[in-house]
Amino acid sequence: MKEISKSKYKNYVADRSKYPLLKDGKPEFDLNSHMFTKIWQGPQHPGVTGNMSLELVINGDEVIDCKTHVGYLHRAFEKLMERRKFMQCFPIVCRICVPEPDTNEYCFSAGIEELAGIDIPEKAKWIRTLNLEMSRVASFLMWIGGQAGSLGMGIIGQWTVTMRDFWLDLFEEMSGGRIYHMYMIPGGVRKDLPEGFELRVKKVIKQTRELLVDIEKSFLNNAITKSRLQGLGFIPPEMVEEYGIVGPTARASGKPFDVRQNNPYLVYDQLVMKMITSDVGDAYARTLVRFAETILSIDLIEQIMHKMPKTGKIQAKIPNVLNWKIPAGQTYIKAESTRGEHGFYIITDGSKYPRRIFVRGASYTHAISVLEKLAVNISISDTAALMVSLHTCPPEIER
Amino acid sequence: MEDFLNRLKQKVEIREQIKQRDDLYFITIKKEQTELVLRYIKDNEKFKHLSFMQAVDYLDDSKFMLIYMLYSFSRKVSLGVSVFIDRKEAIMTSMHNIWPHLWQYQREIKEMYGIDFPSSPRVNEDFILESWDNMPPMRRDFDTLKYSEETYYQRPGRKTNDPKEYMRKKLYNDFVKTPKLRDDK
Repeated sequence: MKEISKSKYKNYVADRSKYPLLKDGKPEFDLNSHMFTKIWQGPQHPGVTGNMSLELVINGDEVIDCKTHVGYLHRAFEKLMERRKFMQCFPIVCRICVPEPDTNEYCFSAGIEELAGIDIPEKAKWIRTLNLEMSRVASFLMWIGGQAGSLGMGIIGQWTVTMRDFWLDLFEEMSGGRIYHMYMIPGGVRKDLPEGFELRVKKVIKQTRELLVDIEKSFLNNAITKSRLQGLGFIPPEMVEEYGIVGPTARASGKPFDVRQNNPYLVYDQLVMKMITSDVGDAYARTLVRFAETILSIDLIEQIMHKMPKTGKIQAKIPNVLNWKIPAGQTYIKAESTRGEHGFYIITDGSKYPRRIFVRGASYTHAISVLEKLAVNISISDTAALMVSLHTCPPEIER
Repeated sequence: MEDFLNRLKQKVEIREQIKQRDDLYFITIKKEQTELVLRYIKDNEKFKHLSFMQAVDYLDDSKFMLIYMLYSFSRKVSLGVSVFIDRKEAIMTSMHNIWPHLWQYQREIKEMYGIDFPSSPRVNEDFILESWDNMPPMRRDFDTLKYSEETYYQRPGRKTNDPKEYMRKKLYNDFVKTPKLRDDK
């Protein structure tokens, strides 16, 4: 892949002179003046990522004010988990996120293991890492389709979703489930890899690499993509820390923060990987960073397949799960999802039930504070592209 | 990290200190000193990234715990700063001036736990629960079963079975009569 180039829009500052004055950081507008229109984008809209909606105030075709509304997807996972035993919580956690359920499974299982003092076998760690990276590739493929679709290139979405299906086939072979895998149980993983799995992974990797070359030619080097995404949703580096921005969005603004490298978990410290960053900070830079990360994840899968021990235990011994009491304590486990830092904060009180489990998703700030700030002064046709470039996922907001 | 905690101890009272992992520490501080500590930690000790803020209900002690999870990019360490507040006077100082995105956590906690943050932006706006008029649902004394029985009703014409009885009478009897696990040829 070509080196990520600097955008000419790096120091882009929106011209606010013709728009309403800002008061306490918010624009003042009078809807009765007939200069402004209020419209809703979502929750049923092809340009919205999942079940959320944007309340937009527009002047002509330019967005003056944006408010994110959620609540269409609330299933009260955190409340449900307070009333269930630890093992009963396990099938719930993966349902928090559809494109990438495995990060939830890992964080929950690792948290329970840490509080209960269980060490998992070496091979289970490798299989978990493999599973996490595979889910990253599947999620990135879905995202490429979304980003292309938001610019009117629906065909690329069809290519990537088809390719994601091949990855889901691998998940099905591995765990029995295509979307929700319920594979990383506390204590290890549920089953060993099937025979010949490595060969089939290699075959899918080869197909994916071929597809990514096509996508690079037709989507990343496309004049429409560049003209629409360059300069859109510029995030300056100082905003990254202030707004809690993480993941590829932070790395595209020049902040080298990747949980896999900063605080290695599982076997990431034994893998060779490079921090992919860009100093541009616009939506196009985020696209390039995510695309490069897809390739990185594929490289990591190849490394894992090569280095993984072929034999060994995959589960540690755990107590009777129906009467499993975990000593009082608290922990925060985090992992790198495709959107950034994803974490579980778990408090136990010595009983059979968790006192509180909180799920921290990157979209919580990306889709509300950050999106509301960036959407101001852009064209209404770019809101979908901006939203997808932040890779927002509503289930992380309303767990 | 130990140096930093010692420096902090000289300035404020730390009620509890736990080292969970090499990259994860928890401290408990006094409610009145929260703003001071968070500002000091952010500006002078480089804990600039706020991962999240959340509340935990300790109904038995009649207290709420608020936790601010911070992260330092240079130290690569997470630090959970906990504060206990009284459950009957559930009011906390808003910290939205320290991190601009903190207001949304405070809005969620107000809705889910009923803890008020005066002067926090948009704190009274509905977040997830539109026009909710019951007790804040994440409090531990909120009776979910009672709420669902009062709010929803069974669709008529549906037959419900007690799962245990149903399993014992129907499934096990069938199994005893024809004890086949699968259709073997």
